[in-house]
Amino acid sequence: MEIINLTIDNKPVVVKKGTTVLEAATSIGIHIPTLCYMKLEDLNIENRPGGCRVCVVEVKGRRNLAPACCTEATEGMEVNTHSIRAINARRTVMELILSDHPADCLVCPKSGNCDLQNMAHRMGIREIHYKGEQSSYRKDTSPAIIRDIDKCIMCRRCEMMCNEVQTVGVLSAINRGFNSVVAPAFEMNLDHSVCTYCGQCVAVCPTGALTEVDETGAVIRALSDPSKTVIVQTAPAVRAALGEEFGMEAGTLVTGKLVAALRRLGFDYVFDTDFAADLTIMEEGAELLNRLTRHLQGDPNVKLPILTSCCPAWVKFFEHQFPDLKDVPSTARSPQQMFGSIAKSYFAQQLGVRREDLVVVSIMPCVAKKYERGRDEFSVNNNPDVDYAITTRELAALIKISNIEFRALPNEEFDKPLGESTGAGVIFGTTGGVIEAAVRTAYEVYTGKELPRIDFHELRGMEGLRHATIDFNGLPLNIGIAHGLGNARRLLEDVRSGKSRFHAIEIMSCPGGCIGGGGQPYHHGNSEILVKRQQAIYREDSNKTIRKSHENPYIKKLYAEFLGAPLSEKSHHLLHTEYFDRTK
Amino acid sequence: MSDYNMQILICGGTGCKASESEEIRNVFNDLLGEYLLEDEVQVVTTGCFGFCEKGPIIKVLPDNTFYVHVTPADVDEIIREHLVKGRQVERLLYRDPHSHEVIHDSKGMDFYKKQIRIALRNCGFIDPENIEEYIARDGYLALGRCLSEMTPEGVIDEIKKSGLRGRGGAGFPTGLKWEITSRSVADQKYVVCNADEGDPGAFMDRSILEGDPHSVIEAMTICGYCIGADKGLVYIRAEYPLAIQRLKVALDQARAYGLLGRNILGSTFGFDIELRYGAGAFVCGEETALIHSMEGSRGEPTVKPPFPAESGYLGKPTNVNNVETFANIPVIINKGAAWFSAIGTEKSKGTKVFALAGKINNVGLIEVPMGTTLREVVFDIGGGIKGGKKFKSVQTGGPSGGMLTTASLDTPIDYENLQAAGTMMGSGGMIVMDEDDCMVAIAKYYLEFTLEESCGKCTPCRIGNKRLFEILEKITAGNGKEEDIDKLRMLSHVIKDASLCGLGQSSPNPVLSTLAHFEDEYLAHIKQGRCPAGKCKALLKYVVVEDKCTGCTLCFRTCPVGAITGERRAPHFIDQALCIKCGICFEKCKFDAIELA
Repeated sequence: MEIINLTIDNKPVVVKKGTTVLEAATSIGIHIPTLCYMKLEDLNIENRPGGCRVCVVEVKGRRNLAPACCTEATEGMEVNTHSIRAINARRTVMELILSDHPADCLVCPKSGNCDLQNMAHRMGIREIHYKGEQSSYRKDTSPAIIRDIDKCIMCRRCEMMCNEVQTVGVLSAINRGFNSVVAPAFEMNLDHSVCTYCGQCVAVCPTGALTEVDETGAVIRALSDPSKTVIVQTAPAVRAALGEEFGMEAGTLVTGKLVAALRRLGFDYVFDTDFAADLTIMEEGAELLNRLTRHLQGDPNVKLPILTSCCPAWVKFFEHQFPDLKDVPSTARSPQQMFGSIAKSYFAQQLGVRREDLVVVSIMPCVAKKYERGRDEFSVNNNPDVDYAITTRELAALIKISNIEFRALPNEEFDKPLGESTGAGVIFGTTGGVIEAAVRTAYEVYTGKELPRIDFHELRGMEGLRHATIDFNGLPLNIGIAHGLGNARRLLEDVRSGKSRFHAIEIMSCPGGCIGGGGQPYHHGNSEILVKRQQAIYREDSNKTIRKSHENPYIKKLYAEFLGAPLSEKSHHLLHTEYFDRTK
Repeated sequence: MSDYNMQILICGGTGCKASESEEIRNVFNDLLGEYLLEDEVQVVTTGCFGFCEKGPIIKVLPDNTFYVHVTPADVDEIIREHLVKGRQVERLLYRDPHSHEVIHDSKGMDFYKKQIRIALRNCGFIDPENIEEYIARDGYLALGRCLSEMTPEGVIDEIKKSGLRGRGGAGFPTGLKWEITSRSVADQKYVVCNADEGDPGAFMDRSILEGDPHSVIEAMTICGYCIGADKGLVYIRAEYPLAIQRLKVALDQARAYGLLGRNILGSTFGFDIELRYGAGAFVCGEETALIHSMEGSRGEPTVKPPFPAESGYLGKPTNVNNVETFANIPVIINKGAAWFSAIGTEKSKGTKVFALAGKINNVGLIEVPMGTTLREVVFDIGGGIKGGKKFKSVQTGGPSGGMLTTASLDTPIDYENLQAAGTMMGSGGMIVMDEDDCMVAIAKYYLEFTLEESCGKCTPCRIGNKRLFEILEKITAGNGKEEDIDKLRMLSHVIKDASLCGLGQSSPNPVLSTLAHFEDEYLAHIKQGRCPAGKCKALLKYVVVEDKCTGCTLCFRTCPVGAITGERRAPHFIDQALCIKCGICFEKCKFDAIELA
C-alpha cells in the first residue's frame, strides 16, 4: 500500500494512495463544504461530477483551484482550504448558485432539510452580489414525484441514481449553458416516461427540486370527516426511521410511539402493514412451493425463478424494461395492496361499513406507493383499496402540525385484527427480509418440519447482489437477492437469457431495501443511517414472540373465516394481480 | 499527372465551392472537350488555396498563373486565350492593392510571400480525392519510413526533438503526449483526431481535411504505431460535409492501397480509422468532453486526471491530437526534426495556420513561421485594414482568447508571447478589428458564444458567465455603474480559478483582455453614456445639425418609424423617444446634417 504525505491547512496528514483531498481533510477533522458530492459508503454509491465547485481549495503550485472531492492527494501536496482565494471563490460560487435559485425557502417543502440552505448558512452568505435572470421551468407533477426544477442546482445526484444505480435512465442533463438542467428527455412529464417512481432521486436531491406529492392535507380532511372510518397501516421500515425526524438517534425503534401518535392523530384503527406482509408470505410462499413442486415434477410450463413483487417501483421497472418476463414474478400483490383489499372487504364487513365510507391510509417509506395505490387494478367501482399513501416524512409533518410531542409519547399497541404481525413481517423492511420471511414459512410447509433455526444470516447484508443456497431437507434452494434496480437488471438479464440458476429472487428497488426508501427521512449522504435502520429491523424481529408468518394467529383466522386457503379463488381475486406490458 | 501538358487547379474548398467553383469545373470539362483539349489539359479540384478573399481561385500549371474571382462565364476566355494562345487573361489576374501592378504568380504576392506551408503543404496543389497525387508529393513516405526503419521510440523521439506542440490551443508538446500514451499499459489503445473545430472564424482544420485528408490519415497511423494503437477515430463536426466526404474517400483509398488495415506495407502493424460525428458543440473540442461524446454520452468534460493518455475512450489510453498537429507529422519524419525545429522561436517550433478574418483586406487562411510578428501578418500578408480604417486590435484564441493591440504589433507570435499578452494561440482564429469596433460589444459577443456553448456542468461557467454577460448587457445598454468594472474583474477571476474545464477557465478572457486594454471604452459607456465606436445602439443619439440642414425632407421620408419631423426648407428634428437608432437618416443625408451626438 502506497502512502502519501501531504499537509492540509498546515496540518500534516498521511493517507493511502488514491485518497482524495476531501477524504484526507475529513480524516483530520477539516470539513470542506460540498454540495454535488455524495458518497454512500456502505452501498458503493458515489456521485462526484466535480460540478458545483463549492469544495475548491488552493493547492500550492497549481495554476487554478482544485475541487477537493475529485482531486487525488499527491506526495508533498500543500493544501490550503481556507485561504482568502479559496474562500472567495467558494462563496462566489455559492452566491452564483443562489442567484439562480428561487428564494422561497420559508415555504419550500425542503426547508430545514435542504443541503443548499444549510451550506449557505454555514458559509455565512448574507448578500448575493451577482443578481440576474433566474431559470424558469414548468412544474411537473406525477402521481408520486414533483419536479420543480427551478430549484435544480445541477448536482447530478438524481441523474447518477437514475442512470447508474437504477439504470432507469429517465433523468439526465439537457440543454446547454445557463439553460442546462436535469430533466427527462425532451422535458417530457415524468408520468409519460419509464420512471418507476422509486424516489431515489428524491432521496438524494439536495434542494426542493424533487419532492414527493404531498397527501397530508387530504389525510387531515379525511380524519375530520365524521362520516368516514379512517384506518391506517404502517410499513415495517417506518418504525426504524421515523424517530430521526424528531432528533432521535438513527436506528431507534419507535413502534410504540408511532402507534400512539397515529391514534392521537385521530385514526379509528391503527393497523400494521406487517400483518399484510405475513399474508403476502402465505400467498407468495404457496406460489413458490407450487411452482417448485411442478418444476421438480418436470412440468415444462412452469417458470422459475419466482420473483418477489412487493415493490411497486420494481413492478413498474419490469413492466417497462422486461415485459417479456411479466409472467415470471409472483402474482401476489404488495403488502400495502393486500392490506387495502382485505381492509375494504373483510374488515369493512366486520365493521359493517360500506367500503366507500372506509378510508385506508398507508404510511410508507416509499414514494412509489403513491403511484401503486392509484393503479386501476387496485380499486373497486372507482373506490381505491388504499385511499392515501403518505411517506415517513409526511407522517412526521402531520405529527408536527398536530402539536404532538412525539418523544414524550407512551408506547402503545397496534389494534387487532390487522395490527398483529410476526417477525417475518417486520423484516420486509430491509433487503433480504422478504426472502428470509418466505424461507421461514416455505421450509416448514414444504418439509413439514420445524426450522432448526430462524435467523438466516446468509441472506442478510448490504451487498447489492447476494445469493445463498438453503437446504430444504435435501433440496438445495438457490436464492438470489438484489437491491437497486441496476442490480435487479443484471439478475433479470440472466433470467431472460436462461442463465439464471435461482429458484427464487428477492428484488427491492431502493438501495438497502425499504429502509432506504425514497420517502424516508433524508440520509444526506450518510449511509451509516441505513445500516442502523437495518439493524433496528432485525432487532424488532428478534423481539417478537412469533417470527413465522404462518404462525400469525390472525392470519390463520383470516384464512379460516374468509379466504379459505392460500391461492384459493378468493385469494386470487383479492390478493393477486396481473402485470402489463408498458412498452406499448 | 505527367501525361498532360497543362493543368487547371480549381479550388474546391467550402468557400470557393459556395461561389460556384464546381460549376467552373463543369464548364471547363465541357469546353475542353469542345476545344479537343481533354487529353492535353487536366482539370483538378484541389483543397483551399488560402486566399479566400479572392475566390473562386484557379491556378494554371505549369506557368503557375493565379486567376482570382473567376466565374463560370470566364472559362471560355481562359481556354481560348491562355490555354490555346498562351496569353494570360489579364483582367482575372491579381492586382497588388498598393502598387496596382498585376502579379500573375502567387509567389509574388504579399499574401503568400511570408508564408511557409507545412500543414497546408498540399492544400491547393493536389486533388484531395486522389491518393496518387498525395503519394506523388511524398505521401505515405513517412509512414513507410517509420514502419521499416524506425522503432516507435525512435519516432516519438524525433517528434519530441522537433518541438512540435499541440495546435489545438493549449500547446502541449506532441511528442511527450505520444510518449505518455505509449507507456500506458492496456489491451487496447486509441488514436483520436480532434476535428471539432469550433472557434468562430477558424477553419484551418476543415481546410486541411478538405484539401489534404491523407496527411491526417498518415499521421494518425504513425501515431498508432508509436503508442501501440490499432484503431483511430476522427471526431468531426457533422456540419463539415465536404471534409467528411473527402475523408471517407481518402480512407477507402488508403485501405485499397494497403495503407490502412492489417499488415500495413508488409509490416506486422495494423491500423484502421473510423469517423465519429459531433453535433457541433464547442465544448466537445475539450478532449474529455470529446471522448464522452464519442462514447455516446452528453458532451461534457470530466475532471483531469485521469488524462486520456491513461484513461480515455471507453476507459482505454487515448492520444488526442488536433488536425493541424497531425498534418505536421509526416513532414517532420520526412525532413527531420532538425529541419522543423529550425523554423520558429525558441519554445514554439514550426509554423502556425491562422484564419485571418474581420476588417482586413486579405481574408483567408495563412501559415506562417512561429515568431512572425503581428504587424507582418496584418499589414504584409493581410494587406492592412479594410477601407483605410485605423487598426485597433486583433482577437486571437477565439472565445477563450483576448485582444492584441497596437502595442503588440511587433511581438513575435508564439505560444508564450500570446499568453504573456493576455491571450492565447487557440486554434488560430485571428479576427482583426478597426476603430469602428466597440470592445465592450466584442467582449459581450464572445461571452454570448460561451454562454451558449457552455455544457452547464460547473457552476462558475454555467451561472458565472451568465452574470458576466448580464453586466456587459447593462453597460452596453447605458445602465452600467462604475462598480460593475470591479464586479466584472472579480467574477472573471473566480470563473477562471474555479471552473472545471478549459472552456470555463478561459471564458472570461475576452472580458479581462478588453478591460486591460480598453477600460476607457467601458468607462465611456458607464460614465458618459457614450459608445466611442458608435456601435452600442442604446447609447447612440442622432441629432440634426441645424446649420447644415437644408430641409430637403429626405430623412423625414426615409425614417422607418416617423421619428423625424420638420417643414420643407427648414431644419428638421429627431424625436429621441421614437428614434430606433437605425442610422438610415445618417446614411441618407447628403449634407452631413445628421451626426452622432
